[in-house]
Amino acid sequence: MASETSPARISIYDAAAANRWRTVLLVVAFTAIIALLGYFVGEYFYPGGGLAVLPFALALSLGSAFTSYFAGDRIVLAQSQARELAPNEETELHNVVETLAIGLGIPVPKLFVIEDSAPNAFATGRDPRHASVVVTRGLIDKMDRTELEGVIAHELSHVGNRDIRVMLLVTILVGTVALLADWMWRSMFWGRGRGRDRGGGNAIIAVVAIVLAILTPIIATLIQLAVSRQREYLADASGALLTRYPPGLASALRKIAADREVLEVANKATASLYIANPLKDAPTFLDHLFDTHPPIEERIKRLEAM
Amino acid sequence: MEIVVLIVIVAAIALFFVATYNRLVTLRQRVKEAWADIDVQLKRRHDLIPNLVETVKGYATHESTVFQNVTQARAAAVAAGASASPQERAQAENMLTTALRSVFAVAENYPQLQAVQEFKDLSENLTATEDKIAFARRFYNGNVRDYNTSLQTFPTNVFAGMLGFGPEQYFELAEATEREVPQVKF
Repeated sequence: MASETSPARISIYDAAAANRWRTVLLVVAFTAIIALLGYFVGEYFYPGGGLAVLPFALALSLGSAFTSYFAGDRIVLAQSQARELAPNEETELHNVVETLAIGLGIPVPKLFVIEDSAPNAFATGRDPRHASVVVTRGLIDKMDRTELEGVIAHELSHVGNRDIRVMLLVTILVGTVALLADWMWRSMFWGRGRGRDRGGGNAIIAVVAIVLAILTPIIATLIQLAVSRQREYLADASGALLTRYPPGLASALRKIAADREVLEVANKATASLYIANPLKDAPTFLDHLFDTHPPIEERIKRLEAM
Repeated sequence: MEIVVLIVIVAAIALFFVATYNRLVTLRQRVKEAWADIDVQLKRRHDLIPNLVETVKGYATHESTVFQNVTQARAAAVAAGASASPQERAQAENMLTTALRSVFAVAENYPQLQAVQEFKDLSENLTATEDKIAFARRFYNGNVRDYNTSLQTFPTNVFAGMLGFGPEQYFELAEATEREVPQVKF
């Protein structure tokens, strides 16, 4: 029984423990970003008033972290127009999910469908007890059994590793930073007249505030994308270990890559949750820096090397 | 001065013991939880078999020994489920698997039976359950491996026995229930 003693088995317990630290780190990092942003905006408008803004910035950051922890999955599911599958609908899919969940030792997650013909899938929730797996109608229709198993095993690995919590927090915190920066940008634009008659020290603060307003959303997005890309490789690997059949997922990824349809309900905020980029957006000059996912060819190559 | 050094050493040893003990308890608990998963699926299989036997019996009236065998094997497996160790249970389950296979072999000789919806549902259900048993077993054996490894590595192995920790058994089923690797199709 060599299969049981394979040293390559990644324990979901280890991955989950690592993700607990990652979660704490992320919340701290985003709180710092938001506090910094808040401080300089405060200084910009009312010299010496930066500290007064801090409590508001912190409350906003913690508030959004709490919201995403407790209601983030419902927000994402509603945004994606996902409908829960009844137990007697798509019994084969239910069976695949149940079987693989048993293999991973997690409770069976809730199963949702998005009525869209673009094949894709994602998982969300705050822990395995409150997890949901979402597939599109296109995935059910276009994948055969082994491909479906590959995709579901990938998603369940995200659940077991607690990636879903990290991604949920990141998604909503990035949204908050973007909102804050946007709001700041507008108020600076409208308030610019007053800023002109200030002294040299204020000019520096003004420059810092403007630079921050431009940079923070970009930095926040880059953190999100880096986290997301790294998680995909790990989920591919642990998913393949779960099914013991890497070609299943490889073939599914190939089919998804070949499909040119855009998933209508996905947006920039939720794109990184999916198993493969649902937006199919055209490459830009900073292409790989802003990728939500590792290149699909690279993922297939790694799966085939297993 | 010596007193302080002594206290520090004793405290370090005590801490080490507490940490090791707690880790072993956690790992053993995971083994137990994983075993519960297997148990659920095995019970499910036991529950499906009487219906299957009744359905096949209705068509294959002359094969009474086959049905007797599977009924006996099922009874033995259910009995083993009450108390036996993973090893003994696996033995009983293997016998049941063999007996079940002969039922399906018999069923193949009756084309009318293959068309019966109830038979189709039952065999689909059984296949799904065996799939789940295979996966539950894999998860269980992985947890047993983690626990046993941590039990048998130095220095835990020196005092694990004193603390009341013994190795757990793997659950080994006959190869046939292991899922075959499908062929790659291009």
